[in-house]
Amino acid sequence: MKKSEEKLIVDGKRIDGRLPDQLRNIEVKVDVISRADGSAEVAFGNTRVIASVYGPRALYPKHLQEYESSILRCRYSMAPFSVDERKSPVPDRRSIELSKVIRLALEPAIFLEDFPKTAIDVFLEVVQADGSTRVTGINAASLALALAGIPMRDLVCACSVGKVDGTLVVDLNGKEDNFGEADVAFAMMPSKNKITLLQMDGLLSKEELKKLIEMAKEACKKIYELQKKALREKYKVKE
Amino acid sequence: MESYVLELLEKGRRIDGRKFDEFREIRIEENVVQKAEGSASVWLGETRVIAGVKLELGTPYADSPDQGVLIVNAEFTPLASPDFEPGPPGEDAIELARVVDRGIRESECIELEKLCITPGEKVWCIFVDISILNHQGNLLDASALASLVALRNTRIPKLEDDKIIRGEYEGKLPVRYKPINISVAKIGNALLIDPNFEEEKVVESKVSISVRDDDKICAIQKQGSKEISFEEMDKIFDLALEKSKEIRKLVK
Amino acid sequence: MSEKERPIVLPGEFVDEKKGRKLGDNVYEEDGKVFSKVIGIPKLTENEISVIALAGKYVPKVGDRVIGVILDVEVSGWFVDINSPYIAFLPLGEAVEEFVDTSRVDISKYYDVNEIIFCRISKVAKNKTVQVTMHDLHAKKLVGGVLVKITPSKVPRVIGKGGSMINLIKKKTKCELLVGQNGVIWVKGKNKAKAIEAILLIEKESHIIGLTEKVERMLSEGNEKK
Repeated sequence: MKKSEEKLIVDGKRIDGRLPDQLRNIEVKVDVISRADGSAEVAFGNTRVIASVYGPRALYPKHLQEYESSILRCRYSMAPFSVDERKSPVPDRRSIELSKVIRLALEPAIFLEDFPKTAIDVFLEVVQADGSTRVTGINAASLALALAGIPMRDLVCACSVGKVDGTLVVDLNGKEDNFGEADVAFAMMPSKNKITLLQMDGLLSKEELKKLIEMAKEACKKIYELQKKALREKYKVKE
Repeated sequence: MESYVLELLEKGRRIDGRKFDEFREIRIEENVVQKAEGSASVWLGETRVIAGVKLELGTPYADSPDQGVLIVNAEFTPLASPDFEPGPPGEDAIELARVVDRGIRESECIELEKLCITPGEKVWCIFVDISILNHQGNLLDASALASLVALRNTRIPKLEDDKIIRGEYEGKLPVRYKPINISVAKIGNALLIDPNFEEEKVVESKVSISVRDDDKICAIQKQGSKEISFEEMDKIFDLALEKSKEIRKLVK
Repeated sequence: MSEKERPIVLPGEFVDEKKGRKLGDNVYEEDGKVFSKVIGIPKLTENEISVIALAGKYVPKVGDRVIGVILDVEVSGWFVDINSPYIAFLPLGEAVEEFVDTSRVDISKYYDVNEIIFCRISKVAKNKTVQVTMHDLHAKKLVGGVLVKITPSKVPRVIGKGGSMINLIKKKTKCELLVGQNGVIWVKGKNKAKAIEAILLIEKESHIIGLTEKVERMLSEGNEKK
């Protein structure tokens, strides 16, 4: 972790005025891509990610087909204008790792065995990046999968937690991600109470790590409510 | 084979007779590559990995102008397994390199500040290249261990008028910690240390944890396509912390 | 939630205790409790628990009558797009009555690419290979008209109890209508725009109570304006 000149916590408040366990303002929109089978857009503060799902659909070439289940494919990509210094649209090593990590965060929740020999494609585009893009993407992807009618065990909720200027915090923004002492990406199936993603880098004691996981679980409960609300809103009667 | 692995595990046994928390036989050889500034060959059972360290001159990152640069790369060479294809690193090789990198980087085990030659202009770039030579499971732990041992025996080449004189050295790379990576695999209710190739085929979930000498955790990567309970995750943390001490004793 | 809507369940939400009933579509069981796999409307009967999905692809079932589009002509059969991740095959023997010498005859004269057929699913193998047949009372080639696609699970709503909804649309628009279980609907007639509007309304509000009245109102409005 790099060191920052400015303090990230002043008088118990974070640089954007939040308390340590406070999430940023969360926006959830569904059906944002007309011809996708399912799509959603989620923003955590200034971080904004769009997810679209196509499938299950026929998978070619045939030798890629799994005889007994569908294959989940995931592509995480950052738009060139999403960050401070223009990012080349060519997939870099980070995007490739994140594509794999996000796929494995969603896979436990999907009944892939219900659609053998097909593929389910999840595309994530980071439109604006201000920390915690992968977990924001997972929240959007989970909604898109449900909206596409893909059979799932549960929705998937995700959030970041970490340590900044010695304080344990929830939902890291860009500066906190870059200059904090540790950051953790966490995802879970909320009704099943099971973890589907855990990544961490930085320096943490075991006790700090356990405390952070508890904080992440609490934050995910709140995110779950927002996801459910967005899905139910879609089907409400509009006069 | 897969159902046999599962059958045995339910009876509390592993196919190679090991205990659930037992590593395979570990062999470490240092300085195996003369042309590299540092190198190590590690065997975990039959899994074999060589890590080589090369030092080059380069420019520092803009946000850390007075620090050396660390770059880790891994090659899943096709000769090591019928599943590896020739070509640029795929997602698994990229993931492995990045996880090993994080263990080294976040633990701050290399004193990068001491590798600055001219601030903002010239620093030492440390290239750690991992070559998988035989894939029999648990490539991550083997690669992290090989990388660490290679770094610990790395010497800094002599510099004369800003030119590197290969073969002549001025001191060792300053490596102050020994971060150890421990992967724990979950199959059914069993938590296994050092999964071999057959076990990896039936693994539901795997968590890799990098631990520093002072028991600080510097990197975690959950892998695998199934979920883990909170209780299992707690047990995995404890297991990783415990085993890291054992493996660290093997590193000079 | 207003009384106008049927209650919706989301993936992972609890539907009911199993109580010895059979598990139908779109649900799964854990420790005697049944949960939904999809966003949908729970359907609880004496013998079965299921959820009617509000979105999702068509999964071919033997016996279903579907509307398909010819994708490709092979030597002894045709590949048919049945609006599913699985492509169906119509063997020559299931399409034509007389003997055909395939070395001399180009079978595209029977069915050609992009033509539309109303057929029946005759086989679904374990590996999801699908076979259809034209040997069915209702099977025929559909000429003219247009195709509308809706979510397959909403087909029963378009048909209505005893055909009430589909007959309403036919009566009010004087169009020919054929509904495939795979969510593909064939519409032919001068007033097809109105019929399509009605179908899309049903698709959008399939979970609303009082839908039939709403559709009737919508279809009558158009007629009044004339």
